Amino acid sequence: MFRASVIGMIAVLWAAGASADVAPGDIVWGEYGSIEQPLTDTPGDPEEGRAVMATNALGNCVACHSVEAMEDVPFHGTIAPELQGAGDRWTEAELRGIVVDAKQLFPDSFMPGMYKVGPFIRPGVEFTGNAPDAPEDIQPILTAQQVEDVVAYLVTLKE
Amino acid sequence: MKPYRSLGAATTVAAVAAMTLAAVTASADPVMDDELVINEELELMTDTPAPEHLGGVLGETIYSGWRFRDTETRAMQKDDFDNPMFLFVDAGLAAWDTPEGAANQSCADCHNSIEDSMKGVRAAMPRVNADGELWSLENYVNDCRETRMEAEPWGWNSQEMKNMTAAIGLQSRGMPVEVQIDGEAAPFWEKGKEMYYTRFGQLEMSCANCHEDNFGNYIRSDHLSQGQVNGFPLYRLKDQGAVSMHQRFVGCVRDTRGETFAPGSQEFRELELYVASRGMGLPVETPAVRH
Repeated sequence: MFRASVIGMIAVLWAAGASADVAPGDIVWGEYGSIEQPLTDTPGDPEEGRAVMATNALGNCVACHSVEAMEDVPFHGTIAPELQGAGDRWTEAELRGIVVDAKQLFPDSFMPGMYKVGPFIRPGVEFTGNAPDAPEDIQPILTAQQVEDVVAYLVTLKE
Repeated sequence: MKPYRSLGAATTVAAVAAMTLAAVTASADPVMDDELVINEELELMTDTPAPEHLGGVLGETIYSGWRFRDTETRAMQKDDFDNPMFLFVDAGLAAWDTPEGAANQSCADCHNSIEDSMKGVRAAMPRVNADGELWSLENYVNDCRETRMEAEPWGWNSQEMKNMTAAIGLQSRGMPVEVQIDGEAAPFWEKGKEMYYTRFGQLEMSCANCHEDNFGNYIRSDHLSQGQVNGFPLYRLKDQGAVSMHQRFVGCVRDTRGETFAPGSQEFRELELYVASRGMGLPVETPAVRH
């Protein structure tokens, strides 16, 4: 039974082409919170990344950040730094690190880790308010590919 | 902090400086050109000097959540006929006089007039009871129901409970929040304070991240307040109904992608005490209107 489910899971991962993704626990961090190696083999798509940033149920980056180049998206937040110019201020590896888990660079940052599965204090399953039944019930907010897409868009944000 | 790196050191430093500056200057941006006068006669102060125990973390002034809501929402609270909570207050007042339970007793049978007996009660809640437990208003209501009326307790977030806590809370409207935080209340207060600064859930957010560091700022279109609780239970337009304080606590923890605590839990009563203490000096606004 157990073996069958593991094989089934591997088959699903294979079919989704996700087997090459770097898992949150396998990320190699640079000294200052950067990640040199892309999380997937597929290069990021900046247009997809822009959509992830604007979508509530995905990155919802505009909840806290304003982005000059995304003025078509209503109600940008005022919590966090303006992202215009992020592509000048940070390298791709630094941007990847900040998106994955900004606290590696800024320990007190308000920003949630977008590709992080713990450790957390009282994590719940998405927005249910309920505790997970198993650790794998806590999934990263974004997929590895969505992180790469967002990074691909961020590097285009020049002053 | 260790953000320095050879590459573009100047711009990196500038960016870090900007972030630090943003954190420091994320100051209050409440509405400054409106006053809360109810029924054209009862003036409720919506700002007051911050209590000393805060040590300046909210600056010199604390603000009611009313000052962070839009014009229409603020107007609804200015007239009890426009305030939808008064339907529930009326239901609570009717329940006050209604005998219930095996003992066939009403609240009024022991407490007489709600206007006299309940005046000031809400302003001092939650407080430590005779047995040394920290109780919220809901605990006291249910204790009466069970021991004196021999009736079934109400659910913490039931409509009946909100009706009653709104009716009781109204009797303190205008009185300054003044909860005990020292003596026997101190251990509960300390735990509530620790909870306030704990970063819960997958989003790793504490109460303080939004309501201390960022009040006045916006998350999307949501104008962050100081998270003051002097108006509960209140009418929340988003929910189109009465909302209890612990109900809102549940919503906030859930929104951190966290496992919530139960309404009425020990943890939420301790948090209630600490959050109430951050609003000491603000008048009770129960029943308020928010969105």
